[in-house]
Amino acid sequence: MKKKTNGLKKLYIGLIFVFMYAPIALLIIQSFNKSKSRGRWGGFTLQWYASLFQDASIGEAFTNTILLALLSSVISVVLGTMACICIGRMKKQTRTLMMGITNIPMLNADIVTGVSFMLLFLTLRIQFGFGTILLAHITFNIPYVILSVMPRYRELNPHIYEAALDLGASPAYAFFHTVLPEIMPAILSGGLMAFTMSIDDFIITHFTAGAGVHTLSTKIYSEVKLGIKPEMYALSAMIFITVLVLLCLVNRVQGDLDLKAKEARA
Amino acid sequence: MIIRRKTAGLLGTPYIVWAAAFIVIPLIMVVWYGLTDEHGAFTLANVAAIADPAHSKALLMALILSLIATIVCILLAYPLCLFLVQSQQNSTSFLTMLLIVPMWMNFLLRTYAWQSLLEKTGIINTALRAIGLQPLRMINTNGAIVLGMVYNFLPFMILPVYNALEKIDQNVVNAAQDLGAGRRETFTKVIFPLSLPGVVSGITMVFIPALTTFVVSSLLGGGKILLIGNVIEQEFMLAYDWNLGSGLSLVLLVFIIINVVVSALIERDEEERA
Repeated sequence: MKKKTNGLKKLYIGLIFVFMYAPIALLIIQSFNKSKSRGRWGGFTLQWYASLFQDASIGEAFTNTILLALLSSVISVVLGTMACICIGRMKKQTRTLMMGITNIPMLNADIVTGVSFMLLFLTLRIQFGFGTILLAHITFNIPYVILSVMPRYRELNPHIYEAALDLGASPAYAFFHTVLPEIMPAILSGGLMAFTMSIDDFIITHFTAGAGVHTLSTKIYSEVKLGIKPEMYALSAMIFITVLVLLCLVNRVQGDLDLKAKEARA
Repeated sequence: MIIRRKTAGLLGTPYIVWAAAFIVIPLIMVVWYGLTDEHGAFTLANVAAIADPAHSKALLMALILSLIATIVCILLAYPLCLFLVQSQQNSTSFLTMLLIVPMWMNFLLRTYAWQSLLEKTGIINTALRAIGLQPLRMINTNGAIVLGMVYNFLPFMILPVYNALEKIDQNVVNAAQDLGAGRRETFTKVIFPLSLPGVVSGITMVFIPALTTFVVSSLLGGGKILLIGNVIEQEFMLAYDWNLGSGLSLVLLVFIIINVVVSALIERDEEERA
């Protein structure tokens, strides 16, 4: 009886997994499909992977996407961490206000955030393009950093930093050697989240990109009506597989390290 | 932290300026544009335009579909999280695989892929025909949009529900059982009430993106079904009527604020009871 319900539970979890991954599997299969029309299998080919590297517009969109994600996550990590130090020592009321404002981009609907940026740039007559997208991405990325770093920062033992000062360290030296290493994991996970959010964003980019600049998302959206170029499937499949392999490697390395640490302790 | 007040203030200044310039002021612009006409004179016409049959129909449609999608998300996510917590293995890597990794395939492409699954000659219908069943009309229907919403926003339900369930002290569950509660009673009187905050925050996180989406409806609705998100997007990107677009955005903003306030109230209630 127990075994049977366990089997059913596994089946249910498996079905949700299939639900999440079926479209992804389909896209990867599609990238090897000779026939341009989706839903018909025209034989196996690697030609889309080859022609991908000749397609300048996809290359440009790819560069923009990666550059935006890198710049916006690095800048938001720096600004967000600095902000945490400040917000962490504010009085309760000001802190609640700052955290409330920080929460706005996360609670607000993307379309309203996007539209609000568009109005700001229109009113200030700022030329739409890479710069406006970057400003928007930094803005919606900072909250992920702050929400990740803040709890960790407030848990810190202040005496370690004070001890460093007493022992003659300059405030900057003490910060980089006692505080920063402690909050580093939170900074990294906030930064990674920010990077992912920036790569995956379409809606806010759509309202802040203007006519000339494309990211992968806006390019895909503009191609939907005419049919998406198979090269796009090839590129996405490559990105996806790369990330998957990287994640597995990181997991393995981490597992190995944990194992070694355990052995060392024993 | 005894980092000096002055230094800390200095470190925070860039973000405070940034938040004012790019979070607060843009929102004020939406309110400003929404409450003025093209000459800058005060008017309520842009907000009142929601009563226009085309707009109110789009809003109603969005409300109905996103409510259904939210309910489906709860029904799918809750048992999943319950099973995962019960399995008592380390589920973190499993959850990353399930929820975060798919995000590395562009979400427009993932949604677009459902077209190939759902369309008239798509994979599901081909399979149905192969086993001798009638093909179904799935693409460009309300059902397809709900499916797209569930597919895109299910992770936002799974995460908070899983976290809430995982936090429940096993001793409390054991105590209930020791005191004679059956499996059903333990669930309805202990586990479910304790997981409610997670469900509430899941609802907030699914309902708003579903209510305001224009991507899912334009990819899976074939442009025939307009949601309020589509209307606003068109006002901004096609009609260039920023005042009207902002006015309608204000209506969405009201729903967002209600949603946030209600969930905050419920969370506070829960905390007080605990």
